[in-house]
Amino acid sequence: MKQAKGKYRTLFLSTLQLSACTFGGGFVIIPLMRRKFVEQLHWIDEQEMLDLTAIAQSSPGAIAVNASILVGYHAAGISGALVTVLGTVLPPLVIISVISLFYQAFRDNVFVSMAMNGMLAGVAAVICDVVITMIQGVLKSKRVLPVLVMIGSFMAVRFFNVNIILIILVCGILGALQTDRRGKEAA
Amino acid sequence: MTLLKLFWSFFQIGLFSIGGGYAAMPLIQEQVVDLHPWLTMTQFADIMTIAEMTPGPIAINSATFVGIQVAGLPGALVATAGCVFPSCVIVMTLAFVYYRFRGLTVVQGVLAGLRPAVIAMIASAGLSLLILSVYGQRSLPADLTGINYISVFLFLAGLFFLRKWKLNPIWVMAGAGALGILLYSIF
Repeated sequence: MKQAKGKYRTLFLSTLQLSACTFGGGFVIIPLMRRKFVEQLHWIDEQEMLDLTAIAQSSPGAIAVNASILVGYHAAGISGALVTVLGTVLPPLVIISVISLFYQAFRDNVFVSMAMNGMLAGVAAVICDVVITMIQGVLKSKRVLPVLVMIGSFMAVRFFNVNIILIILVCGILGALQTDRRGKEAA
Repeated sequence: MTLLKLFWSFFQIGLFSIGGGYAAMPLIQEQVVDLHPWLTMTQFADIMTIAEMTPGPIAINSATFVGIQVAGLPGALVATAGCVFPSCVIVMTLAFVYYRFRGLTVVQGVLAGLRPAVIAMIASAGLSLLILSVYGQRSLPADLTGINYISVFLFLAGLFFLRKWKLNPIWVMAGAGALGILLYSIF
């Protein structure tokens, strides 16, 4: 019993700490989790961590949340997963709550407004950088279909205002059919 | 009623943002700016900027922010719960399946099909932010000459540092904010 309590506490404090230190969200948390749970605590082995990363990436939702669900589930089942989700969600919840309390006063300040305008250009640059890197990845695969899907989706969302969820469903089904066909070719 | 709407909106964001990080951005924009009158495009750009500067996943950050703006702290809790709920169910199911069977080719296929579409949607949402940053409004104006040159400069400089020296996005954001105060004060 005492041991189980300690496990939950370690799970909660580890994910709380990881989440509080993960700026920009997303993939950054994976190497940090690896260091904590594979190298320090030895709760998960190397290969398993790679598989868990793949699941966290391919599932809907934030990667950080998904990864902590997996680690928690692995360590202590469903209750472990709930503990790690709480640990991951708490830091952003508290920080953003505090910021939004002051948001109006904060936004009306001239200097803050100047900084926000500057940083908006910075965010646009960061997103542009991410998009360029991802497009390069798609082009490198030298396959026609992904490129067509990419161009088609962009036109659909940008010029025809097609519902995003519809695009995701269609492309997901397309991807599933594609593996099905390739699986048969291999067999 | 509002709480229910918040939960449902962020449930959909949680369910359909596949690929983590910026993948949630276009969905959040669609739900909170286009479908519901919860945030203006400027407020949306602000929360993306704040999310970039604070720790935690973008989806959780904006759930908290939108929730508080719309319905106070209960709103923040409900929106965050809605955002995390689909992940909990799906990821735990996949974890269960993984430990039973190991290896999920169909999931990998779906992911492969989705990736180019997700890139296209992030590109489109990023373009909206860039246009807002440069022209101060959401869509391209009829008169293209009313450019904010400071934003263009900060965007290009940020992109240069990101591509050339792989600078950490945090420094690009901080630099853009500081330069923003400096340049807007001078000009």
